[in-house]
Amino acid sequence: MHIPDGYLSPQTAGGMWAFMVPAWYWAGYKVKNTLNSRQAPLVAIAAAFSFVIMMFNIPLPGGTTGHAVGGTIIAIVIGPWAAVIAISVALVIQAVFFGDGGILAIGANCFNIAFICPVIGYFTYRFLGKDAATNSRRRWLAAGAAAWAGLNVAALVTAVEFGLQGELFMTADGSALYSPYGLNTAVPAMMIPHMLVVGTIEAVTTSLIYVFLLKTNPVLLDNYDHLSTQAVGSYKLKPLIIGIVLLLVCTPLGLLATGTAWGEWGKEEIGEEIGYVPAGMGRFAGRWEGFLPEYAFPEEKGEAAAVKETAAPVVSASGTVEEEAAEETAPVSLEGVGESTPAYLISGALGLFLVIGVALMTIRVLTGKTRKKEQLG
Amino acid sequence: MADRLSIPSWMTESGSGGCQRPTSSRQRRESAVQKTIMGMSGAIRGTVFSERVASRTGLLQETDPRVKVAGLLGLLLATSFLHTWYIILSIYALTLVMAAASSISSWFFVKRVWLFVPIFAGIVVLPSLFSIVRPGDALWTIWDFGHEVTFGPWSLGSSIAITHQGLKGAVVLILRVATSVSLAVLLTLTTHWADLLKALRIFLVPRIFILILSMAYRYIFLILGMATDMFTARTSRMVGGSNPREDRSFVASSMATLFGKSHALSEEVYSAMISRGYNGEPLTLHRFRTDVKDWLWLSSVILLGAVALGSDQLLG
Repeated sequence: MHIPDGYLSPQTAGGMWAFMVPAWYWAGYKVKNTLNSRQAPLVAIAAAFSFVIMMFNIPLPGGTTGHAVGGTIIAIVIGPWAAVIAISVALVIQAVFFGDGGILAIGANCFNIAFICPVIGYFTYRFLGKDAATNSRRRWLAAGAAAWAGLNVAALVTAVEFGLQGELFMTADGSALYSPYGLNTAVPAMMIPHMLVVGTIEAVTTSLIYVFLLKTNPVLLDNYDHLSTQAVGSYKLKPLIIGIVLLLVCTPLGLLATGTAWGEWGKEEIGEEIGYVPAGMGRFAGRWEGFLPEYAFPEEKGEAAAVKETAAPVVSASGTVEEEAAEETAPVSLEGVGESTPAYLISGALGLFLVIGVALMTIRVLTGKTRKKEQLG
Repeated sequence: MADRLSIPSWMTESGSGGCQRPTSSRQRRESAVQKTIMGMSGAIRGTVFSERVASRTGLLQETDPRVKVAGLLGLLLATSFLHTWYIILSIYALTLVMAAASSISSWFFVKRVWLFVPIFAGIVVLPSLFSIVRPGDALWTIWDFGHEVTFGPWSLGSSIAITHQGLKGAVVLILRVATSVSLAVLLTLTTHWADLLKALRIFLVPRIFILILSMAYRYIFLILGMATDMFTARTSRMVGGSNPREDRSFVASSMATLFGKSHALSEEVYSAMISRGYNGEPLTLHRFRTDVKDWLWLSSVILLGAVALGSDQLLG
């Protein structure tokens, strides 16, 4: 499930980073509140543990072996939010040192494996095992089922990320820019092996570890539930809310950038299929032609110009775009750059500000409180 | 007495020992334990090796880690925006030059990059070459049915061909993946882990995350050692084979035992940290200093990235 660099578009990879930064912030806050002052070594060692168990090979019928991720069992024992940080750290080390998963794709990989997997797994476990005693049969069955669910939802999200590349990022002539498959190929290709094999390994391993811990160290299984019910403390929601609002403000800009591209590819196809381009869609025709340069392929010129001409009379009412359509005969089309670059720069700058802002807030919140504790200690 | 001293018959039988190399598919099942040990020792060996490369003298080893992280990550980002195969190829060529200038053997570097990820990427994109998956202009028709073939709602089209679009997409993807991996390998091979962590501070990564990262990195090797010991202990106790069922329960119980040990360890580590007065800042003996050479390197990398992006737009 580790996505290497080069498969995802920078837009997708960036979007995943933008989601994970507040998620790490939130996880950091939750960990501090529930696990108290021992959080750093515990999380670090849980990360090392999660790294190591990803290496444990489990024999499978048919003579092959596979490995578990352990997202759900880690979440059950140290809590879902500590698991988010621990597995993220393990993934970062894997990406940076062992080349397992890309560096730009760390955001996406952490979202899939370190966020979706333990969080879905943990809450499914809580839901299925509700009101059951820790040592009951329902609990360990719930742990297994939750692990299966967590892993498969993570696989589905990964498949959607892959599939979107095939749907959104195409050149005008239909060649893929990133991962080449659409959702209809990516989803079954990911889901069938995960639902049948990998999910099963995860479920069986989780249940086995649960039963083993129940026999040898049952306190660990209740540890987090106990801590989370005890945890109290005031929390300033304001910085987080500001961060989320900023993110919401910036996201539409980002979506506009990719959305235009997506809309345009769709429109090209529509233009070819139904013979004309709807007026509203035609307005965007020039924007990405320059920025995504594959549009400027010589053999595509005639077709692009035809689309333009269809669009031009409709667009002329709005003024500016008409002139650009007239310049279409130039061998390399660059007219879209002028229009798309400022939007792109603004959205990029805002995105950067947001990431820096959230990071600064995280530093303040996390290190500020740690320092206080150290002074007290 | 003589009976007691004689070797039991099962010990003289050959072919079912836990330490033996698997020869048949049935025996291959027993290799899960072996595979785990191999994987773990491979991880340790790899790290020792990269620390050794990072200690050599060379272009990237002598570049300030902060400058290097910024430059190589910038190039990585630029690569992800590129769409033209020959521009991506030239960035790849640049990574080869940088590797050679950093005393990394070219053959090792090429092998390390091409052996894994791009070959995997190649297998992944293989189906997308064909018109069945990605319809387009036929470059080479493999089979012409003469009429449209359909299976229920799915249509195979009238022929199977490698398409122009499929090939172009595949080449761009494989080259981009190889270049990205090369850049990442360059960064990690030529930088000590502690320096890399310290360099991350310029990207405003919170201190607590860097602390957790550095501790996790250190404890990975401790826990890897504990796990390897458990697996080796089992292998050396084993006479005769074990069935997959036993292996599964062994793997699960070792995971759980390891978890218990790690948990206990974290408590001890915390006490040790407090008693030594930790302040959360990762420390390294290496003091970062930038000089003209660093800035020259960074500006040439930025320039190259910009030229690549610009020419990608113009020539694409």
